Amino acid sequence: MPVLCSSCAEKRAVLKRPKTGHSLCKECFFWAFEEEVHQTIVAAKLFKPGETVGIAASGGKDSTVLAHVMKVLNERYSYGLELMLLSVDEGITGYRDDSLETVKRNQQQYELPLKIVSYEELYGWTMDAIVKQVGLKNNCTFCGVFRRQALDRGAIMLKVDKICTGHNADDVAETVLMNVLRGDIARLRRCTAISTASEGEGVVPRCKPLKYAYEKEIVLYAYFKKLDYFSTECIYSPNAYRGYARTFLKDLESVRPSSIMDIIHSGENLSVREGVKMPVQGTCNRCGYISSQALCKSCVLLEGLNRGLPKLGIGKHHRLHDKILSQQPLTEKEERKLKSVDF
Amino acid sequence: MAAPIAIHLEFGGGAELLFNGVKEHHVTLPSQSEPWDVKQLLVWIQRNLLKERPELFVQGDSVRPGILVLINDADWELMGELDYQLQDQDNIVFISTLHGG
Repeated sequence: MPVLCSSCAEKRAVLKRPKTGHSLCKECFFWAFEEEVHQTIVAAKLFKPGETVGIAASGGKDSTVLAHVMKVLNERYSYGLELMLLSVDEGITGYRDDSLETVKRNQQQYELPLKIVSYEELYGWTMDAIVKQVGLKNNCTFCGVFRRQALDRGAIMLKVDKICTGHNADDVAETVLMNVLRGDIARLRRCTAISTASEGEGVVPRCKPLKYAYEKEIVLYAYFKKLDYFSTECIYSPNAYRGYARTFLKDLESVRPSSIMDIIHSGENLSVREGVKMPVQGTCNRCGYISSQALCKSCVLLEGLNRGLPKLGIGKHHRLHDKILSQQPLTEKEERKLKSVDF
Repeated sequence: MAAPIAIHLEFGGGAELLFNGVKEHHVTLPSQSEPWDVKQLLVWIQRNLLKERPELFVQGDSVRPGILVLINDADWELMGELDYQLQDQDNIVFISTLHGG
């Protein structure tokens, strides 16, 4: 017995929306999905007419859908934005080189300019080389930190006013869970923000237009619209901590689909108790990038890589930052702790 | 006795990697006394097609959370999920969402 669309009552429904439980046909689904992103953008005042916006594109499902929807909405509602694609090449053989081919196809399909920045040119290290030194447990820390900065640098090279990323509702909910599990109060407070502040040298403001879009709907949107995207798990990710939060979230979603939105809602409405020590935003003494410590995480990680101390930057070593900055040698005990790596 | 039925299976979003990278499969389910349903199809797939890591495709009686199922281009949640009774020439698509975006 085919179910009729609850919106137009004319056509056959093709999906049941996890957010609302409504059954929609293809056209009503496309409309609802696009409209909701539009409402997200308008309500949060994410863009101003005349701005140049860099769409962080990896060739994956989220960024492909983001690029497509941004283009559609920019035209439909005359946002007046100049859109560009910005891609980061982390140097992961068999993963990133393939997905970048997809981005290049996206560039043709959406007719948008594309800039690719690589870890190799920015830091002198590919992820493949990093994993050889660091192992398979903490490599995601390096990648995430470097990529954030790489996006900013690419954005500055492209001269964009803002960056938008394809983070979806599932991603944000996972991040809330991860920060609770790790006791990271500072991040817990910031992580549900739809856009970041624009202070700091070399930092470009960024936002998440897909923040309230369920991953399931992003995948089905791409499937029904036949959008071209690359879909393989990063070869280094199986040990990432996020995987546990993701599995947990997926199980929660299957029991109660609204839990994803509800977790985001919880995160957005958390307030931190008075007297809780919070990091203060400053700048890195070495490179000037935004940082809450004397040295930004990127500089600390790079220092560790270049000195053969892969654990520098993993865990808390703030006391050592001053030593590193003033180029004092580390004690033998300190060096030993920082060298040990479990593969 | 129900006649054997031809089913067209598709695997996407990375799920195809569990099936030797082959995205499309035309299969014939043998005849049996009761009609085939999706629950039985999953068991059949696990036994006959799944090349590795079954835990990445099935969980308990159902698919692993994060794998979307479409029956004739519609969300299986609209069709009765595991209880949907398969018909000849049905098209079942399994899309994994469990990868970076």
